[in-house]
Amino acid sequence: MTIQLSHFSAAMVFAFFASIVFGITQKNNQREMVRYGLYCFAMFLVGVLAAGWFMALLRHFAR
Amino acid sequence: MAEIVKTQMISVAPAPSWQAYAAPLLGWLVPGAGHFLLQRWVRGALIMLSVIAMFFLGVAMQGKIYVANTGDVLDMLGFVGDLGSGGLYLLSLIKDWGRGEIHLATADYGTKYIIVSGLLNVISAVDAHHIAIGKKP
Repeated sequence: MTIQLSHFSAAMVFAFFASIVFGITQKNNQREMVRYGLYCFAMFLVGVLAAGWFMALLRHFAR
Repeated sequence: MAEIVKTQMISVAPAPSWQAYAAPLLGWLVPGAGHFLLQRWVRGALIMLSVIAMFFLGVAMQGKIYVANTGDVLDMLGFVGDLGSGGLYLLSLIKDWGRGEIHLATADYGTKYIIVSGLLNVISAVDAHHIAIGKKP
């Protein structure tokens, strides 16, 4: 079986699972775990969008 | 006075139980199992789901699984990361998965998924150790 994801969906699936593990392992109580997991996911999302826009603008202005 | 302080210091550090060693070892071998051993059922299930899903998604994306090597530094680090998956890594060697289809654009993502699933599994195994020694609730 072969799965082919787009760049964005691959990054989001990656962020989803990594955030779950980060949340569980880096915090001590359930509330903090959920909050930190969501924070990590949001940071992944922001990072992906920022990097995507940076590369798009770089391509646009470097022509 | 000094003797009282010394006695108190000795009494607050109990010897680690067998679970302190079994939990990380089991957690490395089977993702999430270390937490199951310590009766952290939900955490164990979520870790198991995350690590196993990432590993198999990586394999399904035709990611490469590294074997022991003395070549390029990145290849050696890739092997170390993959080895973190424990039982999943051994299974992949038995089944001969992860040959790496370089003509697929998503194969490189798959390789990273597999490495990171191993690294997350190591973090989880260390977390199980911390729970077992009482450093974390």
